[in-house]
Amino acid sequence: MTKRFGDVVAVDDLSIAFAEGEFFTLLGPSGCGKTTTLRMIAGFEQETAGQVLIDGEDVAGLPPYKRPTNTVFQSYALFPHLSVRDNVAFGLKRKGVDRAETERRVSEELGRVGLAQEANRRPAQLSGGQQQRVALARALVNLPKVLLLDEPLGALDLKLRKGLQVELKRIQREVGITFVYVTHDQEEALTMSDRIAVMNRGRVEQVGDPEQVYDRPATSFVAGFIGVSNLMPGTVASAGARGEVKLDAGVTIKASTDGLSAGARCQAVVRPEKLQVSDPKGRADRKQPSVEGVVESSLYLGTSTQLIVRLPDSVAMTVLVPNADEAERQRLPGGGAKVRLSWAPEHMHLVPVAGPAGGDSSDG
Amino acid sequence: MTTRRRLIPYWLLAPGAIWLALFFVVPMYFMGELALRSGTFTEGFESAFQISNFSDALSGHTNQVVRSFVYAGTATLIALLIAYPLAYAIALRAGRWRLLLLFAVIAPFFTTYLIRTIAWKTILADDSPVVSVLQALQLVPEDGRVLATGGAVIAGLTYNFLPFMILPIYASLERMDTGLIEAGKDLYASSTQTFLRVTLPITAPGIVAGVLLTFIPAVGDYVNAEILGGTGTAMIGNVIQSLYLEQRNYPEAAALSFLMMLAILIVVLIYLRVAGSGAFMGDEDERRA
Repeated sequence: MTKRFGDVVAVDDLSIAFAEGEFFTLLGPSGCGKTTTLRMIAGFEQETAGQVLIDGEDVAGLPPYKRPTNTVFQSYALFPHLSVRDNVAFGLKRKGVDRAETERRVSEELGRVGLAQEANRRPAQLSGGQQQRVALARALVNLPKVLLLDEPLGALDLKLRKGLQVELKRIQREVGITFVYVTHDQEEALTMSDRIAVMNRGRVEQVGDPEQVYDRPATSFVAGFIGVSNLMPGTVASAGARGEVKLDAGVTIKASTDGLSAGARCQAVVRPEKLQVSDPKGRADRKQPSVEGVVESSLYLGTSTQLIVRLPDSVAMTVLVPNADEAERQRLPGGGAKVRLSWAPEHMHLVPVAGPAGGDSSDG
Repeated sequence: MTTRRRLIPYWLLAPGAIWLALFFVVPMYFMGELALRSGTFTEGFESAFQISNFSDALSGHTNQVVRSFVYAGTATLIALLIAYPLAYAIALRAGRWRLLLLFAVIAPFFTTYLIRTIAWKTILADDSPVVSVLQALQLVPEDGRVLATGGAVIAGLTYNFLPFMILPIYASLERMDTGLIEAGKDLYASSTQTFLRVTLPITAPGIVAGVLLTFIPAVGDYVNAEILGGTGTAMIGNVIQSLYLEQRNYPEAAALSFLMMLAILIVVLIYLRVAGSGAFMGDEDERRA
């Protein structure tokens, strides 16, 4: 489906199939079209072209109140004039569910989110986290085919967010409803999702489970957006599953260059925690690809130490060394020292260099 | 230091309190005292504790009292029916025209009240286009007139107090989170149901404020009845004016003013009681209780 606002294409020819009962996340920077996509599924925006199928049924043109979807809004949008119980009962009452059944399901849902005690309160008397749970209960009680969540944890502080992430995931497993979750927080997406679609400029860059998206990013955008990535530019020397790539840093490395043709520009992606630091004068493991560079800075981060290493082609590499052993940490090279960075071949992954339009890997 | 700081709120309150005492409490006392006097304007009024002033004031002008409440109530209701859709359109649909439309609502205030009301005399005159149209639509009989009828007075009251209805409703609509409307529709409520169960209850405080701001001055108004009305359209304001300035019966005028204030107070309290109980605020909680 496609959505245009005037001349601006917000969602560009997007096509995603959600599996029943999965926790699916639309991840991307602000303005990437993820919220617009969600709003088209909910029926708040009409698609310019294309269709939304739920259970094989085309819901295009149907108003939100006729769709089997419910939404958890970013601002919660709880009805301030109604009690928690009446907020949760709102949808069931409109659907004409009888009184006893409504009461039973509302109580059950409030129990599930741990708010049975607060049923008679007004939303304004609850904390942010509690309001968020009411919003969740209000949507879930209707047993929608798809539950849409628009950055529901965005307004909460970090600690509360972590707790609710775990709880959301638990509730999703318990009810078995398909969750479509919109967020710009890559960590949140990795923690909770069964599958993630990384979006940029109205297009899907990659769909995959968290491990795939993290370990084998399909594009430099995905590599840059999810986690910290080291992107080493290079040129494909020979194509194929047992091909070679010549990095600008001056080394040639064996790698699978599937999908790339010889002579094409590409980037080698290695995650910071997968890099090993060693003395360049020592013996190199010949099975491990490596590059040499100069340590620019060393930063103590608590659980790990971060080194910035500058390669000959002036690319800065980020290395994370876990602070497991204090003696080992003391031996880490300081600023100005020459080091060798090496990694296991399976931890490197090549992505094509996109045109100038999609070349940036920063979030924005 | 701390005692001085604790006194600050009282100092801030002082100008208002002094104002209220000088220009409300003291005049009220004199008016109350005047309402109990007896005598005539030429011979002078003397203190006599004449309670009958109150009963005379009421029994002599029952028609006008009832008429005042009917006219003001009708005008308030019509103003509400005009104001709510207008405020809704300005707050939620007008986009970049919002400020301009809001200005248009307030613009009539740049002309004085009296001139605006006199202008309506022209609008509702017997040979005016408006009246011709109404006659053509058979809303007004062929030889009937609009000016000098109760309808003209109600029209004037509605027009003059409409902005007081629009502005508080606009403010409450503008403040409302429009996400709530989406939430309503997301939870299977049609547009109409969403309006009745979400928008209307949430903006009820604006409606209550608008109704009070329109009704209270409209009950006591005498300009509209004076200029647009005819025989048999006099309101309490006109009676008080005539008692005071023409008949020079100060005690009875004061007594009627007092009764009028009391009546408005009672009506307003009943209204707030009903409105505040949530009976027409869609409050499902309290209706059940």
